[in-house]
Amino acid sequence: MTTKTTGTVLDVDSLLADRNVRTILCCGSGGVGKTTTAAAIGLRAAEQGRTVVVITIDPARRLAQALDLDRLGNTPLEVTGTDTSAGGRLDAMMLDMKRTFDDLVLSHTDTERAEQIFSNPFYQSLSSSFAGTQEYMAMEKLGQLHQAARWDLVVVDTPPSRSALDFLDAPTRLGSFLDGRFIRLLTAPTRAGGRAYVRMLSAGMSMLTSTVSKLLGAALLRDVQTFLAAFESMFGGFRERAEQTYSALKDGQTSFLVVATPERDALREASFFVDRLETDQMPLSGLVLNRVHPHRGGSLGPERALELADELWPEGRRREGVEVAPREMTANLLRLHAANRERSLHEERQTSRFTAEHPDVPVAVAVAQAGDVHDLDGLRSLGASLAGG
Amino acid sequence: MTRRGENRPAGGVAKAPWAGVRLHVVTGKGGAGKTTVASALAIALAGSGRRVLLVEVEERQGLAQVLDVAPLSYEEQPVATGPGGGKVLAMAVDPHEALMEYLALYTKIRRAGKTLERIGAVDFATTVAPGLRDVLLTGKIFEAVRRRAKNDFVYDAVVVDAPPTGRITRFLGVSTDVAGLAKVGPIHRQAEAITTLFRSRRTVVHLVTLLEEMPAQETIEAVDALWRAKFPIGGIVINAGRAPMLRHKEVVAVREGAIDSESIGKELSSVGLDNEVTAQLLLDEGNDYAQRLVLERRARRMLHRLDRPIFDLPLIEGGVDVAGVHELAAELRAQGAA
Repeated sequence: MTTKTTGTVLDVDSLLADRNVRTILCCGSGGVGKTTTAAAIGLRAAEQGRTVVVITIDPARRLAQALDLDRLGNTPLEVTGTDTSAGGRLDAMMLDMKRTFDDLVLSHTDTERAEQIFSNPFYQSLSSSFAGTQEYMAMEKLGQLHQAARWDLVVVDTPPSRSALDFLDAPTRLGSFLDGRFIRLLTAPTRAGGRAYVRMLSAGMSMLTSTVSKLLGAALLRDVQTFLAAFESMFGGFRERAEQTYSALKDGQTSFLVVATPERDALREASFFVDRLETDQMPLSGLVLNRVHPHRGGSLGPERALELADELWPEGRRREGVEVAPREMTANLLRLHAANRERSLHEERQTSRFTAEHPDVPVAVAVAQAGDVHDLDGLRSLGASLAGG
Repeated sequence: MTRRGENRPAGGVAKAPWAGVRLHVVTGKGGAGKTTVASALAIALAGSGRRVLLVEVEERQGLAQVLDVAPLSYEEQPVATGPGGGKVLAMAVDPHEALMEYLALYTKIRRAGKTLERIGAVDFATTVAPGLRDVLLTGKIFEAVRRRAKNDFVYDAVVVDAPPTGRITRFLGVSTDVAGLAKVGPIHRQAEAITTLFRSRRTVVHLVTLLEEMPAQETIEAVDALWRAKFPIGGIVINAGRAPMLRHKEVVAVREGAIDSESIGKELSSVGLDNEVTAQLLLDEGNDYAQRLVLERRARRMLHRLDRPIFDLPLIEGGVDVAGVHELAAELRAQGAA
């Protein structure tokens, strides 16, 4: 099916065949089919001979549905039913944020200290609800999977963030949190700077202590301080890893795919993301446009279709009998045709706005399916559709 | 053209038992249109002489785009007029400003905010401290719901364009977590008061969905999670519904292949359509439509089993603009949602 976009076509199969590409990140706003796209791309790459792992993060477990798996652990499991005749394989996992954080703590410290950290109420809350933890843990997991060297391609479905940009900001935010003056103050105020600086800060600090104690109770402040003291030795390794993973995104082995549907809001979000990737010099491969309703053929315009439908059988005219009347049915089919044509024209307008703004971004189109994708065959045909088949 | 979804329950008016509700939380799967529906609901609720506050919590300026107004700020400003002249005001809650307001209110130390800002405590609180962001956002919603001028509430209703289904239970429940972390003090007391309001009969959580399998499934999961967390469920809003295009018999005929392309072709010729479109193309489209209808019916059955009031909103062709939002507001009123 050809597309009516003016931009260039994204060659999905060349991207998947490129052995230099070791990470594919699927980003975009919620509800555009990111998870399904990541799974379809992973499956296609595996069936073309690559050893692939797909990480999904979505709490609704949509990939689990799509892959017909009831449970995905925090470690990758092979997806049965994959065609391995080309020598590839597909593994999939669902990111468990808390377990990834726990593993991270364990890998940076001894068991005793880790236990201390795990039992701290502040850690328990941080590891399950810190704004950005999910994004950071996705990065962390990505680093781990590459280190394990068992796969030659990692496909990542990014977290359902407030905004698609959160994923790129998370490591920096965590870095500034760990490096922040505030944390150093809480852990070791005297080491935070020179004497005069310390005096100024201690004034702020005692105000903070009293404010926090007053607002939240002294127990919380104590929890935070205990946590940070136990955590301090790990900060270096933690941040180093975050920076490594982040800069690895620019190393030429990573490819970003921005996912959208041909709707105004999704394309606007996609546009923000494309701009941001360009600013950060991140390698963008292209836009994946899901659920496209292409023009099905014929040269009949929607207005004329409606006119002729009314000529055949005015809308709402009463009729006798319950049997199907070809004349009325033809009129109704023409109205359906007009509605479909309206929709494809609307989608083309939305898409051409994007391609006019970003003429250099290649686009791959997936034609809308009647039902949802929830088996490997569905993923296979989605992958084929994306590859232009 | 206003279209209504099929199977609209009989006696659709006045089925929404939310008299006395002052806080409407609108959530939904990403892409289902929760920002549009929140805006339409706020307008629908702004009947004669009423004041409604529409609140954005995700810093995406989605409301401003839907309502075609300048970007929203922390300051409440008029954005629309409801039926009979009621007022809709809107604001975007910014956690940073909410914290400053909070500190001024509770610490009585002048310039406390500034000092805390200098040492990085404010950044910490609004971006990285676990859950604090959501505490500040829900705290501001709580304040707006309870705000009084003299003896009357300032707002008759507050409508929140809330986080999507995947995060809604955590968002509304953040105060419960906080009450556990901060065991004494004003924040603990406030957190408890927020939880009480959110679980009370003054609050309902509405879910926006589409007639597709995954959004319907996600809605059901979210309802279950909200229910277990004891948050009151309001209505299920089925958004972007398409009007029935074929009669039931015609759908059956298409599916069973009981109608041949020849007889359709003859009708097309009778109005001069010999080349521009083929009968086979029309029948193929009819077949796709019939398939979609089966899936829509299945999704609707799933949603009906939730046993909550269902509201059907039509797809606005060409995307929702301000006129479209008002059209949806009128539809919500006609169906008894406000």
